[in-house]
Amino acid sequence: MNGLVKGINMEAAETKKEDKESATGKQDTEYVWPDLVFKEYLAVVAVTALMLLWALMVNAPLRELANPGLTENPAKAPWYFLGLQELLVYFDPWMAGVVLPSLIITGLIAVPYIDTNTKGVGEYALSLRKFAVYNYLFGFIMWWVLIVIGTFLRGPNWNFYWPWESWEIHKEVEQALVFQPAWGPAFLGIYFLAGFVVPWLTSRYLREKGFLRYSIIMLHLLIMYFVPVKIVLRLVFNVRYVWAAPWFNI
Amino acid sequence: MKDILKKVTESQVWKSVFRHGYADETKNRMLQIRSNVFLHLHPFKMPRHAFKIRFTWCMGGVTFFLFLIEVITGLLLMFYYRPVTEYAYLDMKFLEFDVPFGIILRNIHRWGAHAMVATVMVHMLRVFLTGSYKPPREFNWVVGVILLVLTLLLSFTGYLLPWDQLAFWAITVGSNMARATPILGHEGPFAIVDKYNDVRFALLGGTDVGASALLRFYVLHIMLLPLVAIILMAVHFWRIRKDGGISRPL
Repeated sequence: MNGLVKGINMEAAETKKEDKESATGKQDTEYVWPDLVFKEYLAVVAVTALMLLWALMVNAPLRELANPGLTENPAKAPWYFLGLQELLVYFDPWMAGVVLPSLIITGLIAVPYIDTNTKGVGEYALSLRKFAVYNYLFGFIMWWVLIVIGTFLRGPNWNFYWPWESWEIHKEVEQALVFQPAWGPAFLGIYFLAGFVVPWLTSRYLREKGFLRYSIIMLHLLIMYFVPVKIVLRLVFNVRYVWAAPWFNI
Repeated sequence: MKDILKKVTESQVWKSVFRHGYADETKNRMLQIRSNVFLHLHPFKMPRHAFKIRFTWCMGGVTFFLFLIEVITGLLLMFYYRPVTEYAYLDMKFLEFDVPFGIILRNIHRWGAHAMVATVMVHMLRVFLTGSYKPPREFNWVVGVILLVLTLLLSFTGYLLPWDQLAFWAITVGSNMARATPILGHEGPFAIVDKYNDVRFALLGGTDVGASALLRFYVLHIMLLPLVAIILMAVHFWRIRKDGGISRPL
């Protein structure tokens, strides 16, 4: 009991300091017991009830026994990877399956080290950090939009089907794609070169982060925004690759 | 009656279990948190805005609770499941039709996994929008990103275990991506490996999704990944406290 009391006294001293700050309006604090613990308890009850209800109403899928000789059409990955699978339409597997997800992870890890803006901590002060919020939300929303397309709008042979369309309807084979337009490599070069140089020259905000931070930011952002660019190139201009190199195609 | 109650609550046995009373006074409010191994995760006091669900969305807590649900239901499922190709699918059928409440157990585990993937992403959005990754909390954000990846891997490895067509082809599609890994995948750019020693082979324990893939995914799913996740969760929660508590406006 002695150790407990000692510990209590130490933390109580700290709490007393907080009490004082609270009283003088420096900090608005409240005891965790019972207010917060009670809310946590309610959350636990709510989630338990929800999961039980969900489990009672919908059965987890179980199809026929695995058969390596009988390919499912379409064969879909788990839903959280369907955004990446959807990107297979627009990119080769090494991009859609390896490079892009790796860049999502490295980009997320880099976030706290490349965002030098110290404003907007502990509050929803989005207007104080427009650059960070805009770019993050763009990626977040694109991630979910691609998942929705891959989950609900793709049918046999990964063709596009509206939810009200039957998968029995035969879909025309996509019109022939241009393997690599003549302007492709130049377009790619200009996109990345201009995308890297122009913001450096025009934005003081980005320059002030320093060259290393700037490079990491632009590497991730340019590749992230290249995804919708490539989608448009493919859907509107029928471009298969902007650059077909001997080693890989982009 | 009152006397008996008093005698019981003042006995040595009672006092050895319940260290303090429940009267609503400051000391008890602190002891409540301090003397409870589960609740001592909390500080005694917190800033008032952190009590509000419209600030926290409760998503981190819900994710943790869903993880606990997964551990409990997963543990019970292990009594009925054998990770070999001859039995895995039969065990699923057995769970569905013979084991009392077996189907509900599996449903909760399955839907809980889906829910956890979603809540982890929403939790991350909340942390981003409140700028809670900014100094001194940078490293905890990094731990969080790794936990996000672990959650996806946990869900992905579990996806194969039912050994039905859905599982088999989803993992086939997913693991085919690994073939295209630059340098380390046999179909990727600059490959230095063949199909018998690339990363896909390491993941599956073979060139195709088969018996060794099932066993590998099982061991990853029930042991290795949860173990790493639990350790990182401990770090994640600990660092919230050590890095200045829940984020608050300066």
